Amino acid sequence: MKVTVNGKPIDYNGDPQMPVLWFLRDELDMTGTKFGCGMALCGACTVHLDGQAIRSCVTPMSAAADKKITTIEGLGNGQEHVLQKAWKTHNVPQCGYCQSGQIMQAASFLAQNPNPSESEIDVAMTGNICRCGTYTRIRAAIKTAAEDLA
Amino acid sequence: MNTVSNPSRRRFLSASVQTSGLLLTLNLLPAAGLIAQTNEASDFTPSIFIRIDTDGTVTVICHRSEMGQQIRTSVAQIIADELEADWARIVIEQATGDPIYGDQNTDGSRSIRRNLTRLRQAGASARQLLRQAAAKTWGVSVDECDASNHLVTHQPSGRTLGYGDLVTAAAELTLPDPATVELKTRQQWRYIGKAVQSVDIDDVIHGNAIYGFDVKLPDMQIAVIARPPVLFGQVKQIDEQAVRKIVGVTGVVRLPALSAPAGFNALGGVAVLATNSWAALKGRDALNIEWEHGSNASYDSNQYREQLLATSRKLGTLVREHGDVDAALENATQRISAEYTVPHLSQAPMEPPAAAARVDQDSAEIWACTQTPQATRREVARALEMEEAQVTVNVTMLGGAFGRKSKPDFSVEAALLAKHTGKPVKVIWSREDDIKHGYYHSVSAQRIEAGLDAEGNTTGWLHRTVFPTISSTFDPSQTYPSSGELDLGFSDNPFEIANMRLEKGEAKAHVRIGWLRSVANVYHAFAVQSFAHELAVAAKRDPKDYLLELIGRSRHIDLPAAGVEYGNYGDPIELYPIDTGRLANVVRVVAERADWKAKRAKGCKLGIAVHRSFLTYVATVVEVEVDDQGRWTIPSVHVAIDAGTVVNTDHVKAQCEGGSIYGLSCAIGQITATGGVIDQGNFNDYLVTRINQAPGSIDVHIVESDAPPAGVGEPSTPPFAPAFCNALYEATGQRIRQLPVPLRLPVS
Ligand code: FES
Ligand code: FES
Repeated sequence: MKVTVNGKPIDYNGDPQMPVLWFLRDELDMTGTKFGCGMALCGACTVHLDGQAIRSCVTPMSAAADKKITTIEGLGNGQEHVLQKAWKTHNVPQCGYCQSGQIMQAASFLAQNPNPSESEIDVAMTGNICRCGTYTRIRAAIKTAAEDLA
Repeated sequence: MNTVSNPSRRRFLSASVQTSGLLLTLNLLPAAGLIAQTNEASDFTPSIFIRIDTDGTVTVICHRSEMGQQIRTSVAQIIADELEADWARIVIEQATGDPIYGDQNTDGSRSIRRNLTRLRQAGASARQLLRQAAAKTWGVSVDECDASNHLVTHQPSGRTLGYGDLVTAAAELTLPDPATVELKTRQQWRYIGKAVQSVDIDDVIHGNAIYGFDVKLPDMQIAVIARPPVLFGQVKQIDEQAVRKIVGVTGVVRLPALSAPAGFNALGGVAVLATNSWAALKGRDALNIEWEHGSNASYDSNQYREQLLATSRKLGTLVREHGDVDAALENATQRISAEYTVPHLSQAPMEPPAAAARVDQDSAEIWACTQTPQATRREVARALEMEEAQVTVNVTMLGGAFGRKSKPDFSVEAALLAKHTGKPVKVIWSREDDIKHGYYHSVSAQRIEAGLDAEGNTTGWLHRTVFPTISSTFDPSQTYPSSGELDLGFSDNPFEIANMRLEKGEAKAHVRIGWLRSVANVYHAFAVQSFAHELAVAAKRDPKDYLLELIGRSRHIDLPAAGVEYGNYGDPIELYPIDTGRLANVVRVVAERADWKAKRAKGCKLGIAVHRSFLTYVATVVEVEVDDQGRWTIPSVHVAIDAGTVVNTDHVKAQCEGGSIYGLSCAIGQITATGGVIDQGNFNDYLVTRINQAPGSIDVHIVESDAPPAGVGEPSTPPFAPAFCNALYEATGQRIRQLPVPLRLPVS
């Protein structure tokens, strides 16, 4: 089967049941996408499948056939994405481990809702845990990014 | 910048170290012959913390682990400031585990408090050296040479030399004694005390930071381990047929069974090795193991809580006493008592434990997200029967830690498996492994009884605390709280009450007990600060005013003088007294910031709590809103922190934001056990704060202070839960004495 990862076409002949997460991390050595729970409970593994945020830990490779995967390494196409800029403005990350997933989740959300309210942000981001507790800064950064896009 | 292999650098360093009291004090350079052997001939290392290249790059060696507190940034700020280095030319290198650095155990909120002065001295001595090198080059007096922003200037002539240009000349001089060099004044600080942006932020937001989970070695296998469900359980029978059929699985290895003490040893069980993580995880699931559970299978946490409570109702062992509590309670107008329980908790860092190991005949190397590279080195050496000098421990970024990663057991597992298989191995823990096989925050029960006089003043205070001790993890005969744990918010009770008695009770551990962010302060602050609020209610007083009255006069509490064993977080009590003036001050500051007396929106109420821990004073006001379904939200939180001198104001704020949210997680989460097996397994049943529960805003006020630096990573956690529960009481009349707080309170 064929998948595209950050714009690069790749032939995949392995087990179609392997979750996208482990394909990215173990086969492609792209470790920006993180493991946090393996059960779609924490959002650390969030990537985009044709632009939609998905949990790569529970998404088998078969579901990615002929589709485009975008990871944190490819977000913004070589440019700093508006969310990454906002993340810097607010100095959001602490340990940083959840932040790839947070940014990928926020990016697909903002693409659909460029002018979100605070409660819409909370709903969209509820699946992404941050044990360091950067939530108030995540909200602020998403708002800043939305303003930058406006 | 030259990149150097670790071995050559180590040789270079050990040859250049002159031990003289402080490990930091080094002679500048090895003999010329040794330089020739290294590929660093053109650079120089004026201290173990600093290297300067001829191109002017300053490499700061960070000996503390980065787990979100931005210590790599803070360490660089301190050194760059005193070195007068240009921030843009600083590079950070992570130190391996090595005693030359002094303590590297990144816990106890002590990275800054134990290192601010010595790192300033390291930077200042290097600056002095560069001035001397310039003076020698120009043949002028060193007093005429100023170092500023990566440049030494000869003031009378205006000549300048860059730091890189001075490397060769400096390499021939002796480093001035760091203990005697002149440090900059506070007014001259350029980076210390400023909100400098985190050095790792670009790597993090682009997914390039490397954590323990991300390490990949050539020819490496991934290991996932089925550990005994009950502590000290053993494999009775195993059927590995199904596992061997899984594509990618390369081996099944039985680890030696563990018996007490658990210490930092591997827990035992059966490892599945594979060429990729998914095959290893699947393989572990396919193992069919029958376990022999052993004596801890009797552990039932609900029953156990009742036992602890029963103990708390009986006379305990004296910890601290003044006045006559019994008489005070006898003669009180009102007698009030309450019992508080806090369950086990799991640190649950976002990145579960992970470590990679490479082991050969005469050396071993570890890559791990460890808080404690030295203990990792020691434990790995012991497990492999090697000398510590044969073991190198590389510290990756830590995806959170919160005390879990100060236990090196996961590195020991990786080392044992790498030795057994003869190939590099990375052990990864799934979330279930992390939740079910942890070093748990201790479960506790506390009883407090107080007497009030006719005016509502508290005249007597009797407090008992009962919990299994962390010491039991290392010595199973330990069944009483250690003084190190009692120090954490129990024996250092700050209230000025005429009659006080503090007692501890016995409890035997049935799981591994370990440190979690702020440790015993979590449950002690919960009980003491909740009860302070209960007393205010009984006395019909404003809770903030009553809290200040309990704290009493501004004074230093001298526990050692009162015959109480007290460790003061390992720092001298003269330098870091228990200062009730500073404690009361943060209460006043936070009340003002939160506009304590102002009327709130309907359904919104405030709670307050204050606590000294890790030598820092934090007061927290939590605002809650509860709807008619009993669902609570937290519109705002205010925190006032007095941590003495702070290095990075933004990091302090971030730690207080995160520490408060961690405190909320401590209030809503619980780990329970049935038949010795942990009931929870992932974030579906082990609740942690999500964004929709997080406070709408967190205002952090840092009290300006030139007192010595105190802890920052932990002190904002303990006051959160009591402030939160006090607010819930104000909003609903429901007093929560048994954590966790349900996400939905019962409605009548
Ligand atoms: S790792 Fe996929 S949601 Fe947690
Ligand atoms: S920044 Fe550490 S888990 Fe989010």
